[in-house]
Amino acid sequence: MAEKFAVTRLPGFTTIAVVAFVALYAPILTLVAYSFNASESAAAWTGFSLDWYRLAFQNDEVKNAALNSLIVAAFAALISTTVATLAALGTTRRAAFRGQTAIYAVINQPLMVPEIVTAVALLIFFSSVKLATGYTGLGYLILAHAAFCIPFAYLPIRARLEGMDLTLETAASDLYASSWQTFRHVTLPLLMPGVLAGAMLAFVTSLDDVVITEFIKSPGQDTLPTYMLGQLRRQMKPDVNALSALLLAVTLLLLAGVYLLTRKRAD
Amino acid sequence: MSLAEARQARTSARNGWLLSAPALVILTIAAIGPLLIVLVYSFLTPGDYGNVVWEFSWNGWKSVFVEEDIFEGTLSLADAHLTIFWRSLSLSILTTVLTFIVGFPTAWWIATKPPKARAFWLFLITLPFWTNILVRTFAINQIIRNEGVLNSLLIWAGVIDAPIQLTYTPTALLIGMVYVYLPLMVLPLYAAIDRFDMRLLEAGYDLYASRWQVLRRIILPIVKPGIIAGSILVLVPCLGAYVTPRILGGGKMMMLGNFIELQFGQGRNWPLGAALSILLLVIVTVALLFYVRALNGEKRNG
Amino acid sequence: MADVTIEARNTIKAFGQGTQAVRALDDVSIQINRGEFFTLLGPSGCGKTTLLRLIAGFEMPTSGQILLDGIDITDLPPNRRPVNTVFQSYALFPHLTVAENVGFGLTMQGRPKAEVADSVARMLALVKLEAMANRKTSQLSGGQQQRVALARALAPKPKVLLLDEPLSALDLKLRKEMQVELKRLQTETGITFILVTHDQEEALTMSDRIGVMSAGKLQQVGSPKDIYTRPVNRFVASFIGETNFLPAMGVAGGAKLGCGAVVDGVAAQGAVTLTIRPEQVRLTAADEPGAIPATVTLLVYFGTDTHVHLALPDGASVVARVQSPATGEAGLAQGQQVGLRFAPGAVQVLED
Repeated sequence: MAEKFAVTRLPGFTTIAVVAFVALYAPILTLVAYSFNASESAAAWTGFSLDWYRLAFQNDEVKNAALNSLIVAAFAALISTTVATLAALGTTRRAAFRGQTAIYAVINQPLMVPEIVTAVALLIFFSSVKLATGYTGLGYLILAHAAFCIPFAYLPIRARLEGMDLTLETAASDLYASSWQTFRHVTLPLLMPGVLAGAMLAFVTSLDDVVITEFIKSPGQDTLPTYMLGQLRRQMKPDVNALSALLLAVTLLLLAGVYLLTRKRAD
Repeated sequence: MSLAEARQARTSARNGWLLSAPALVILTIAAIGPLLIVLVYSFLTPGDYGNVVWEFSWNGWKSVFVEEDIFEGTLSLADAHLTIFWRSLSLSILTTVLTFIVGFPTAWWIATKPPKARAFWLFLITLPFWTNILVRTFAINQIIRNEGVLNSLLIWAGVIDAPIQLTYTPTALLIGMVYVYLPLMVLPLYAAIDRFDMRLLEAGYDLYASRWQVLRRIILPIVKPGIIAGSILVLVPCLGAYVTPRILGGGKMMMLGNFIELQFGQGRNWPLGAALSILLLVIVTVALLFYVRALNGEKRNG
Repeated sequence: MADVTIEARNTIKAFGQGTQAVRALDDVSIQINRGEFFTLLGPSGCGKTTLLRLIAGFEMPTSGQILLDGIDITDLPPNRRPVNTVFQSYALFPHLTVAENVGFGLTMQGRPKAEVADSVARMLALVKLEAMANRKTSQLSGGQQQRVALARALAPKPKVLLLDEPLSALDLKLRKEMQVELKRLQTETGITFILVTHDQEEALTMSDRIGVMSAGKLQQVGSPKDIYTRPVNRFVASFIGETNFLPAMGVAGGAKLGCGAVVDGVAAQGAVTLTIRPEQVRLTAADEPGAIPATVTLLVYFGTDTHVHLALPDGASVVARVQSPATGEAGLAQGQQVGLRFAPGAVQVLED
């Protein structure tokens, strides 16, 4: 027998895995490649060009949608990370208390309910509020996004807290730090990487949302994804490719940041 | 417990609630509370131009399953609705099975790499997971549509003469959903395999098991919690899928999510849409309960 | 009368509730003197760390009081007690430098910057880490981290320093060095040290007094020599050092062993247990008058010493520690008949 017997090898698994990775990335890379294609037809490559990016950036609708996306994602990330940090501090590292499981369930609710159901619920709720108050601004989107971003911000913060050595805070209180001083000088600095990772994940989650935004946006209030979805009703256009590639780049950057913040120190 | 200790415990619990309160308030207003309104709306009468009239009616729930012929006044099963339910259910289950068939070897392959390489390959799985679902659906659509890369490649290679019509077929939908939801299957499977003690394989082979027997009798039973978690993570969003069927199904291949949207758009039947949403929520909850039960059973056995 | 710094009065600490409650400390009272090196010794789970945490203020007693210089501090939070701790894991702040770690307590107390800097410099000199002031703690070796932890706890000049198994993470050689170092620091600073350890050798070599704990109770308090030579009960005798236990009956002028031999010079009544350290068991020729006859059952070589396992005529077993025979010299052999004697005054009577 020429081949060495490796206990962890299973026949065909490597082939399937390689095919899976190729299948996962070929479409994405093709999409990015075509966003630089000079031709409007997606079928043939006719040379490198940045025309589609230029076209996208000159479009006022796109600019407006991008601005909306950024505003909503920034506020949603800020709000959800703040309340998620507080909640993580409230639910970890203390003796189990009555209602703790209920709090977990509520915080993770957005992960368990299909988006379409939440979208419908918010459509019904917000349309009544819009009717009653006359306010149709971005506030609805920010509130809805902040809510479904909470679990995404909560998880890395909680993980960081649970991995934190409790004796550090005990040591601080032993060294004459008040509760606030302990939080300010020990807990918060050590928690910061988790908080930043949580904020980035919340930002990505908000930026990616299609369904809930599509249902609750007021007229003319597109974000980038809902604008792209709207474009698709007509003809698939390469400038949508360019926007897709941009969204992909933002996601990649933020994820790399999360990865650097949450990896374990090699000391 | 002394008084001081009791006071400490009470303070701790109170602080736990106080610190969680802002998150709970936001989630109650913008996630949980509105679900109750949906339930109420499913029992109201549709308005002429969308929205509802505040009159009690069973019609929303009735029309989930049956159709009333306005002229003859007879009731019949709503075939179109049942077709959509069946499509949603069958496509979701098929997607779950296919993502497992592709995802398990992939997760295994990653988990058996050296630790440093593992982090890299895992990152390659998480990247699509966090990428906009719209972007990913566009990407796969580019590949499988008539003038897409796949057809061009096959024609160029001389395998086929005319493009294969995939767009707007159930196959296209299935390919798209497997593509979109594959990372959700791989991640929990990887987590389970990563905890798997590879020395058990040596023990298995030492005791005369074949590769198939090792897979069937040792690996799969031990990583079962990961399989259940992955299946739920794929099945639940599949059942409520909206973006992928909308782009790849082109309005012809509607799934439950699109059907619900229709009631709030052209259909102008909010109570029916509300009833369908509640129905979807119930199905998902049952699936999650099944998951919790299966996991608990696993804990008892293990 | 000694000058008492820390006093625990009838402290009880129960974990859990109702019928499941476990008493980690079961009515412990103790007085620790000013400037003393006091060690709490016992197996894991005996309550020694719990007592330390009560003194530090990290836990509250279920009942009882903790007094510092005669003042009740039971309800005082840890940040308001002039007591500092060296943690088992050191608990150095990973986001701060060595100097910032050492100065942390003084900074929290709101001392002026110059005073903090001055004090940090003196403390780092005391533990010989001046060169490391601006390093991150993760760049230090285990022994250096240990010194930083010591300097940090000493910097605010506490009345009492608590040390929770501080040497357990170090290897043997470093541990020996640090034992000397700790003793030096205690002498130089004159601060009361309370050390928690399960290592009897550490306790015997470093302490002025030792408190032996078991099952949440204080078994015996005394000087190392007292504890070793005059254990009050079976637990203390067996936990500290190795020892032999022999059941006996009190008779006039001594105690009668199971084999019929009478050990002289011990006062005992009724059924008792005698204890004697292996090094106090002397081996003689089998026929020496007055010696208890015994058979060698096993020889275990320990380098300088050899443990000789012996069987008495009634089956009771005794271990004797003798010097290993010099090279070339014929030693004992398994199965050999010998006689044994107990060194005068070395036999203790335990009343179980």
